[in-house]
Amino acid sequence: MAKKLMKGCEAIAEAAIQAGCRFFFGYPITPQNDIPEYMSARMPKIGGCFLQAESEVAAINMVYGAAAAGARVMTSSSSPGVSLKQEGISYIAGAELPCVVCNMMRGGPGLGSIQPSQGDYFQATKGGGHGDYHLIVLAPSSVQEAVDLMHNAFDLADIYRTPVMLLADGIIGQMMEPVEFHEHEQKELPAKTWAVTGWKGDRPRSIVNSLYIEVDELQEMNDRLQARYKEIQEKEVMVEQYKTEGAEVIVCAYGTVARICKSAIALCEAKGVKVGLVRPITIWPFPEKELRAVMAQPSVKREITVEISAGQMHEDVRLAINGMKPVDFYGKPGSYTPTAEEIADYILKTREA
Amino acid sequence: MTTVFKKTPVLTDTIMHYCPGCGHGIVHRLVAEVIEELGIQDRTIAFVPVGCAVFGYKYFAVDCVEAAHGRAPAAATGTKRVNPNNIVFTYQGDGDLASIGAAEIVHAAHRGEKITTIFINNAIYGMTGGQMAPTTLVGQKTTTSPYGRDPEHCGKPLRVAEMIATIEGAAYVERVAVDCTPNIIKAKAAIKKAFQCQIDGKGFSLVEVLSSCPTNWGKSPAEAMDWIKSDMIPYYPLGVKKDRTNE
Repeated sequence: MAKKLMKGCEAIAEAAIQAGCRFFFGYPITPQNDIPEYMSARMPKIGGCFLQAESEVAAINMVYGAAAAGARVMTSSSSPGVSLKQEGISYIAGAELPCVVCNMMRGGPGLGSIQPSQGDYFQATKGGGHGDYHLIVLAPSSVQEAVDLMHNAFDLADIYRTPVMLLADGIIGQMMEPVEFHEHEQKELPAKTWAVTGWKGDRPRSIVNSLYIEVDELQEMNDRLQARYKEIQEKEVMVEQYKTEGAEVIVCAYGTVARICKSAIALCEAKGVKVGLVRPITIWPFPEKELRAVMAQPSVKREITVEISAGQMHEDVRLAINGMKPVDFYGKPGSYTPTAEEIADYILKTREA
Repeated sequence: MTTVFKKTPVLTDTIMHYCPGCGHGIVHRLVAEVIEELGIQDRTIAFVPVGCAVFGYKYFAVDCVEAAHGRAPAAATGTKRVNPNNIVFTYQGDGDLASIGAAEIVHAAHRGEKITTIFINNAIYGMTGGQMAPTTLVGQKTTTSPYGRDPEHCGKPLRVAEMIATIEGAAYVERVAVDCTPNIIKAKAAIKKAFQCQIDGKGFSLVEVLSSCPTNWGKSPAEAMDWIKSDMIPYYPLGVKKDRTNE
């Protein structure tokens, strides 16, 4: 298929449709409005359903109901809206339902800004709502990658019966880039025997529920979830390693910031300093082993994490490296996107320190 | 031998956890009997709330979804949109529907969502131990209105059926009570009409049921039934609030 110039949000919406998503429930919030707008135009033409909910809370609960019925369903929002959805996401995780949630991150806390940010890393990777649960969190660094990851997102949700989050910064959503929609192999997915479709007596009644009032039953549910998370950590890590071999400094960054870091790496290279990049594509599960292996190389002297946050992913980086070598952080909370020059200056300065 | 009564197969054999004299058991039976009589057991999906009816999925012999507090109408919307042939109903109490879920019920009605809501109004939060609800009567003592509900402080009770009836998308709205046999018979007819409204694709339907909570009202079961008649019905008049099922 030929390449097409598309805005990130619209490309993500189209990719979701091509991945088989036929139900979308959402609420307007900048900078992701192009997703529901695109869905509202396309869904009626392909036998799907777009519904604008009365609130973020209602939208995620509509997702809960549609997922319970066995549909491929998604919602999208941006930071303050995703905060509102957390109750529903926790229920979806507890009821073991598959769905996709897209968060086009903007600055925070509170109403923050409508500029890009990476301030929702903690919320996305540590569960976000109440209880012990995780989402699989995919973090694209280009519009093309966002498109490609949408297929993974729906498949992973179905395989592990878990909500999957596509976590992008506002730049990915608003930027136009050439994209190609590839044919994706149809994976063999587990049958949704648990869905509520009407009980005809030919199977046990389907009950979609996250209430386990007895301590041992709740324990069993949690053990099941934790075992699933362990399997996900073992099987589903995605990470890009860029010029890490023989590097002196390793930069760790995700999303758009990782692309800016690649430009910074070129600037450092021009000054004769070898810098590599470890870019988590899944930020949960976090590529701990991969990062540790890179850091263990004798050439590597230190690590620098770069984020548009006060250093949220940096905490996972520190846990992974666990004191093996020095680590540093560059970035600001809010919405300030650093330039390649600023990052390169920081790398070179820190290296000499 | 002639069978004069048989428990509907739409109720499971699980022993209900409701208190003696609670109206939930009556309403569960009415809903289940209606589902049986309409022949829709094999395509009905029940959405149960957070509140006393939280274990409804153990009692209704249909596919069930346990919804978050107040969110049943939104969750039911998701399921109905996926499978419009399913008969989807929510069963919600007054804390769930009239307080934390006020937005969800209003907008399900506003969209004319083709679902049915059975709304239990017992003027109190039951499951959490008897706190004040939006439907608690003026002067009524609860654990969070220990001196009686003061309208100057927290307003007067919300009349949900009348409010929903003003919404264009609502096709059928009726308030009934389960305080005595004649009213229980009328309640069943209303519930049946509400489900029929959905089967016929007419729009959103809601039946508000005035029901008893002897435990949290501090009354005997018999006193509780009397209180529905003496105190609740005068403030919450029974009857059809909206009916465009013949349109």
